Amino acid sequence: MKIAIASGKGGTGKTTISCALALAISDEVTLLDCDVEEPNSHFFIQPEIERLEKTFSLVPEVDAEKCSGCGECGRVCQFSAIISMGKKTMVFNELCHSCGACVRICPEGAIKEVQKKTGLLTIGKKDHIRFVSGRLDVGQAMSPPVIRETLKYASKDGLTIVDCPPGTSCPYVTAVKSCDAALLVTEPTPFGLHDLKLAVETIRELGIPFGVAVNRANGEQNRISEYCEAEGIPLLLQIPEDRRVAVAYSRGQALNKVMPELHETLLSIPVQLQSLTEERKVREQEALV
Amino acid sequence: MKIAITTAGHDLDALVDTRFGRAPRFLIYFTERGIFTSKENTQNLNAAQGAGIQTATHLANEQVDAVITGNCGPKAYAVLDAAQIKVYTCPGCTVGDAIEKFKRGELNAAEGANVEGHWV
Repeated sequence: MKIAIASGKGGTGKTTISCALALAISDEVTLLDCDVEEPNSHFFIQPEIERLEKTFSLVPEVDAEKCSGCGECGRVCQFSAIISMGKKTMVFNELCHSCGACVRICPEGAIKEVQKKTGLLTIGKKDHIRFVSGRLDVGQAMSPPVIRETLKYASKDGLTIVDCPPGTSCPYVTAVKSCDAALLVTEPTPFGLHDLKLAVETIRELGIPFGVAVNRANGEQNRISEYCEAEGIPLLLQIPEDRRVAVAYSRGQALNKVMPELHETLLSIPVQLQSLTEERKVREQEALV
Repeated sequence: MKIAITTAGHDLDALVDTRFGRAPRFLIYFTERGIFTSKENTQNLNAAQGAGIQTATHLANEQVDAVITGNCGPKAYAVLDAAQIKVYTCPGCTVGDAIEKFKRGELNAAEGANVEGHWV
């Protein structure tokens, strides 16, 4: 099973919870840091790095000798990444989504795909944790290609935990839609609730079962629990507001050491998410009958 | 000579629109005859990305010689430059005033983008 640890709002504790989960489980587990614009799970896991792997995207390259300037490439491109003016054809790599349409439509065979480096994967291991972290190159505008390369390291049949990028746009969708279930992390602030609602709306479109975790829970978490209750969303984890957590975080220490009392709850999360996915499967089968 | 001026209005009294790629329309002014036509740019108003590139490509296909606008980003400028279309910025004045200034040679051609590009 693949579990996405995601959130609408940034800084709510996705990495804290992803790492705590990976460390709490004693069986082999894969942790993928897909927050490729600012990966930091490695601070808390301290993996032994085995190898680095570059990631690439395909972008078009035009052979000006063969180009007839017909403009078909520019008409088929949905992203204005390639345009043709008379005999001159220009490529804007930063807008290219690597769909390959321009290459296939060119009647002169003047366009070929070339590799553009997009990022770097760090691959390693720590005890029972297989660890892969994606990092987007500075100057690259699109993170989904690096996220997709990181996700290829998900375990075939074991448990995979995906530390997702924040927000609710393409990076979040790319990471979450590859998973079987998700834990949406939030905090009991008005911002936390607002962005949780956005994340919930998006994940419901994707049809992925999910639960909620509240970090820094204090007297005010009512607004989150009331919302979850009204929406029928299971509240799977509450991490109390506690200075010890902040101190540990600032030292690159995992949550597990300072809050051992959360151990059983952490272990119960994959189990509960698994049963949510099974319930969904049953409902889908019933709908077919 | 054919000049394209970005604007939200319909005549020479309208203001020059500061946007290039997402300008609502262009007045295409013919300097020799002193007449103009209007060209809508609505398909690019709602483009998710690449509005500047598309707009610049359309103007290249229209075979205009110069553009007067408020701001021009790096990708739009690259296309206009490749099409050998000169870019002049004249924000805050009317289309008519901008044309007069252009005719009197009071506008300087931009040598590059004057604003940052937009990311995806």
